[in-house]
Amino acid sequence: MSGLGVFAQALEIAVALALAPLLTGWVNQCRAWLQNKSAPPLLQPYRMLHKLFHKDSVLAERASPLFRAAPYVVFGCMALACAIVPTLSTELPLSPAADAIALVGLFALARVFISLAAMDIGTSFGTLGARREMLVGFLAEPALLMVLFTASLISHSTSLTTIVDTLAHRELEIYPSLALAGVAFTIVSLAENARVPVDNPATHLELTMIHEALILEYSGRHLALIEWAAALKLFAYSCIGLALFFPWGVAQAHAPLAMLLAVPILVVKLALGGAALAFLETMSAKMRIFRVPEFLGIAFVLAVIAMLVRILLGA
Amino acid sequence: MNAHAFGGQLINLFAAIMLLVAFAMIAQRRVLTLIHLFAVQGATLVASTALVGYVTHQPHLYISAVLTLALKVFLIPWLLHRVIDRLSVRWDVELLINIPIMLLLGIVLVIFAFNIAAPIAQLSSSIARGTLGIALACVLLSFLMMITRSKAVPQVIGFLAMENGLFFAAVAATYGMPMVVELGIALDVLVGILILGVFLFQIREQFDSLDIRHLERLKDE
Repeated sequence: MSGLGVFAQALEIAVALALAPLLTGWVNQCRAWLQNKSAPPLLQPYRMLHKLFHKDSVLAERASPLFRAAPYVVFGCMALACAIVPTLSTELPLSPAADAIALVGLFALARVFISLAAMDIGTSFGTLGARREMLVGFLAEPALLMVLFTASLISHSTSLTTIVDTLAHRELEIYPSLALAGVAFTIVSLAENARVPVDNPATHLELTMIHEALILEYSGRHLALIEWAAALKLFAYSCIGLALFFPWGVAQAHAPLAMLLAVPILVVKLALGGAALAFLETMSAKMRIFRVPEFLGIAFVLAVIAMLVRILLGA
Repeated sequence: MNAHAFGGQLINLFAAIMLLVAFAMIAQRRVLTLIHLFAVQGATLVASTALVGYVTHQPHLYISAVLTLALKVFLIPWLLHRVIDRLSVRWDVELLINIPIMLLLGIVLVIFAFNIAAPIAQLSSSIARGTLGIALACVLLSFLMMITRSKAVPQVIGFLAMENGLFFAAVAATYGMPMVVELGIALDVLVGILILGVFLFQIREQFDSLDIRHLERLKDE
């Protein structure tokens, strides 16, 4: 482990923590523009975090310690996820801590804790949200794993840094399997981040909400942590997508200058990705919860086909 | 990287798109979207045929690409649009099996097709031989679509998609069939779609519905 590696790791975590709310704000702004609404300011998520951190948090009488611990666990999981996805450099001291499979497990851990916390208070909305969250999660996870396996087959490793290294510094070659996996990954990340076809992040309508139902009982600093964690999750998924399908611009090991250049490249890529996400959200309508298995089934099938195409065609 | 290898990769990409569209058709409920998907599949076929023609210097493939473009991207989708307009059947398609199960069946078919095609593809020396498995999978998926739809219009579209798959297999394995055969098939498909169009109107007139399960009752009357 070199000093440069530690610096890269620290820079990456700092960038993730700082930029994640900005990405959420940017997506919200793009969405508002596309829907002909007056957009909230770009820095709105920061203001909300600031406001929430300064408010007292109110706990239900019967809340168990789990309810209090969950926001910290979720936030920790998401921060670690952002730390091991290579966004700026492929030399990350923390990356041996978790490969692609463990990364999926990390997201699952966060999901389990937030669902348990939602059921902890015993309100019906929390339970409803937790069940829906688990339904979406158990369908999305296999598809995500298949997508990551496809990338692993190409680079012969499940370590994210190796995958990105292989994909970013190869000759220009078209991989149909990656194209299929990309579509599958888009569907999975829409579902996992509670985006429009599956869940509407802007609604508080009781019967349709998933993510909002989970965090209904949280307030103050707990809510701030969870909102920040949600922003980090979106950031992490965007970075995984960029790392797998548009890996150009990520610095190799021992290249400090390239790493500094990687920051603006990442910002541009995230801005484009966020605009594309807002466009997708605007174009699609929220689907019934019973259509979600179908939607995620398509993602799973696409990811499996991507893997088959990779194995059998070698392409 | 030379142009030949790049062309090969592009053909693989088009093959993957063909497979993607085939799956999209299986998972699609609406007739109108089904027709659009059919047009997209035709366009992909045109692109890959022209590409194979360009890479392997086979000018007769250009002719069949133009023929496909005229027939399967413009004429037949337009005819189908007219048919569903006149029959006013833009409704949701009724499926016999639910979609996730169909998709899983689809995966099984794809694995089956890839396994069947692997030894055949090794005999071929074509640039696109790897895509033979995908072409076969497209044919089987269209079969599945025809089997699992109870309405007449989606069945017709399934039949046409199957023909697309066969054509793609021919291009992939042997650089296309002889010109006479291709022209014959193109004409056959056109005549077929006209006859099926008339047939649809007949079914509709007889039963006030396009559900082909009504046809099973004929023998009792």
